[in-house]
Amino acid sequence: MTDLTSKTIAELRDGFRGGEFSAREIAEVYNSAVAASKALNAYTVETPDIALAAADAADLARAGGNLQPLSGIPLGIKDLFATVGVDTTAGSHILQGFQPVYESTVTANLRNAGAGMLGKLNMDEFAMGSSNETSTYGPVLSPWRRTGSNVGLTPGGSSGGSAAAVAAQIAPGVTGTDTGGSIRQPAAFTGICGIKPTYGRCSRWGIVSFASSLDQAGPMAKTVRDCAILLEAMAGFDPKDSTSLDLAVPQWEANLSSDLKGKRVGIPKEYRIDSVPAEINALWDQGIEWLKDAGATPVEISLPHTKYALPTYYIIAPAEASSNLARYDGVRYGLRDVPEGGNLDAMYARTRADGFGAEVKRRIMIGTYVLSAGFYDAYFTKAQRVRALIKQDFAKAFEQCDVILTPTAPSAAFGIGETTDPLAMYLNDVFAVPASLAGLPAMSVPGGLDGQGLPLGLHLIGNELDEQTVLNAGLAIEERAGFTARPDKWW
Amino acid sequence: MADLSAPYRIKGETGEWEVVIGLEVHAQITASKAKLFSGAATAFGAEPNTQVSLVDAAMPGMLPVPNKECIRQAVRTGMALDAQINKWSRFDRKNYFYADLPQGYQISQLYHPLVGEGEVEILTDEKDESTAKRIGIERIHVEQDAGKLMHDQHPTMSYVDLNRCGVALMEIVSRPDMRSPAEAGAYLKKLRAILRYVGSCDGNMEEGSMRADVNVSVRKPGDEFGTRTETKNVNSVRFVMAVVEHEARRQVELLEEGGSVAQETRLFDPDKGVTRALRSKEDAHDYRYFPDPDLLPLELDDKFVEECRSSLPELPDAKRKRFEGLGITPYNASVLTAEVETARWFDALLEAGAEPKQSANWVVAELFGALNRLGKDIEDCPVSPAEAAELLKLVVDGTISGTIAKQVFEIMLETGEGAGQIVESRGLKQTSDTGAIDAEIDKILAANADKVAEYKSGKQQLFGFFVGQTMKAMAGKANPQIVNERLRAKLD
Repeated sequence: MTDLTSKTIAELRDGFRGGEFSAREIAEVYNSAVAASKALNAYTVETPDIALAAADAADLARAGGNLQPLSGIPLGIKDLFATVGVDTTAGSHILQGFQPVYESTVTANLRNAGAGMLGKLNMDEFAMGSSNETSTYGPVLSPWRRTGSNVGLTPGGSSGGSAAAVAAQIAPGVTGTDTGGSIRQPAAFTGICGIKPTYGRCSRWGIVSFASSLDQAGPMAKTVRDCAILLEAMAGFDPKDSTSLDLAVPQWEANLSSDLKGKRVGIPKEYRIDSVPAEINALWDQGIEWLKDAGATPVEISLPHTKYALPTYYIIAPAEASSNLARYDGVRYGLRDVPEGGNLDAMYARTRADGFGAEVKRRIMIGTYVLSAGFYDAYFTKAQRVRALIKQDFAKAFEQCDVILTPTAPSAAFGIGETTDPLAMYLNDVFAVPASLAGLPAMSVPGGLDGQGLPLGLHLIGNELDEQTVLNAGLAIEERAGFTARPDKWW
Repeated sequence: MADLSAPYRIKGETGEWEVVIGLEVHAQITASKAKLFSGAATAFGAEPNTQVSLVDAAMPGMLPVPNKECIRQAVRTGMALDAQINKWSRFDRKNYFYADLPQGYQISQLYHPLVGEGEVEILTDEKDESTAKRIGIERIHVEQDAGKLMHDQHPTMSYVDLNRCGVALMEIVSRPDMRSPAEAGAYLKKLRAILRYVGSCDGNMEEGSMRADVNVSVRKPGDEFGTRTETKNVNSVRFVMAVVEHEARRQVELLEEGGSVAQETRLFDPDKGVTRALRSKEDAHDYRYFPDPDLLPLELDDKFVEECRSSLPELPDAKRKRFEGLGITPYNASVLTAEVETARWFDALLEAGAEPKQSANWVVAELFGALNRLGKDIEDCPVSPAEAAELLKLVVDGTISGTIAKQVFEIMLETGEGAGQIVESRGLKQTSDTGAIDAEIDKILAANADKVAEYKSGKQQLFGFFVGQTMKAMAGKANPQIVNERLRAKLD
């Protein structure tokens, strides 16, 4: 029955509905796989009972003929999503032991759609990182290894636990969040699919905030179809989030089509970066060929302000984070450290010094600095203006094309501890960040393996609200890339 | 009493000084009964931490959603202050750490407030229209209140009550247009009246629904503005006036000793009547204001704005002018419109058919006196406007005299009976029977022959004595006009 873990969500769903196996069987198989995966450090909390309870409910629903879209499907949930009665810590010591009395809208939507929960997935602390090394629980190990090497690799970040879980088949699908590439880069590093929808598609209510104007939830799974299935369940208007879009959720799965006739694929000339390995540029060229084969026409486009995207992002995101993370003060929940005889200020200082890791502190300091009197206009206001220009670049580009193709990340997965320079680490998101700043839907799909046997991803950016074209182009690549490689089980 | 039309001056060693005052009034939007960004209730006096939502407590992942009713009330308030309504405004975060501020920031409006410039007309002397003055409003923005620390619950720890946390406040910022404690007091009173007319804020300063930050500076008349201090959270009209007086005096003394005024935040000590420094400009926080990324800009459509405007009641100034147009004296009109409850009661009295001028005199003299004696507010008045109108009509149509009316009113207050019924059952109807009146007059003139002689020799003021005696003899029921006529006929 371990065969079940290699199935896609669509296959599990259809097999369960067709009576090939029960939801309980699916849950049990996954629970066992999760329990046997400690070496990956992908899960921070395992919730086999919740998975089984949902499975039993699904089996009953099947018997009663009232199946939900995700009945029988157990999922892994990134630790950024509030889950009732289950530790929700954002990978941070400052929230260790915190169990919310509320459920995030996205996970509630998934539960209402019949999905179960296998556990909470490890992540970079407060979603700040590209390698999962900033988690208080220690880094997640990618199930992938370089050919002939035992060096532990990062699954990427910040949704590293999520990506590793799908790649290692210890969850058929997972939730991720993406602020500046946190779904797409780990998806690329681990040979899976992941989509960040248009900003506002998924409610942010109950997701621990990193940078409110950028944070967006999305699914990660083996296939494009699975992403469409999950996103349909996750998305939807939520009056509890003022930035939520009051729009009906499209039927993305039903409208999947890899026929791209008449579609124009934008190839941004500014994304040809010399420092990017030749293999990645070669895969990019291959991707263009695949989309042509599917009927699309490539057009060169220009995104002139792209080169400022990373610095812009690293002003806006930390600025928002410095304010969003002020609530972790030791007063109401989470960690509280008070030095002997210390006053309120001492409590703040000690709690936050002990509770936050180095990367979070770095970003709080950057954010505090760029918002400070005397620096606000030079940094924050200017960054907001550049952000508007980047949005404008995309708006112009989408007059000429329907979807944009780029590499997802400038490298394949790297080793744990190999990248110590924060700025080098930030470069991981160079291709991902512009779409985040513009609030556009974007997806990574696996394109192939590099010379060392590691997955590489292709990145599709769509126009506002046009997840469908992104998914369809992703499907066209998926069908042509024939990416079936799986890591050898070593854990 | 001081001449309120003369400029207010502080006499120092080096000459006269002028005080310059601006007020930032924080008015709670009590009308909404719910917080600005969460659905939590806002009742005063609830047990600590019983009116706190997940959003107010800033739990991880919680998001603010603007309460439309709070926005509506702030817009209506702006309209009542003749202010510009900004159809596009935005919320900003004001960042600082304190235990009563769970988010670590207050959601406020720095850069793009909901309401722009407006003005309020004040009268420092209610009897004197020439003391009218317009005080500019710079802006009104909407923001969250903070919680409250409780230091008396534990020997070494402080407790936090988050009930007020997230409560909607309007910060109404005046121009530095006031020049005396009386003007500051009149402005605050007028603002309070307008808020209560509009209904956005109950103006209850004891419960903290309204409080003022008082900005004070001094200068030699005609000079540039001096450096100002800001005295925080002053919670009564009297205290605001005391702060102005004390601060102005303190600053003058400081300057005349060769010192300088520090731009600082101060606190008022109501027991000692003095202010003391809280923190100086150097210690001021860098609040790192920036647009709140959890909230979209606030955009008001025409329909919403129109609804706000059409729902405004008649405001104090308009009402006062209308009353004056009915022949009511400026003083009475001013008194009757100062409090919305009084104005509503009086309007109901007019609607019940009472004559305006006479009614105004009666309310200000008789009704207020009675309420004062009974220790009641007009909302709890034992006599309804319709019942009062019945009484007043009896005076106008000559059924009873003014003197009898006072007796009837007393009986109404005591027994709750109607005026007509009282007059009927107790035989208090006024008499115009000249025969009966003449008979009494004749008796009185006969019994007071000496006074009649004095009168005839020119002591005209004795006429009143004869009127009084006659009325007394008639047990107050004689028609005073007829008594006068008959006395004149017999004496002159």
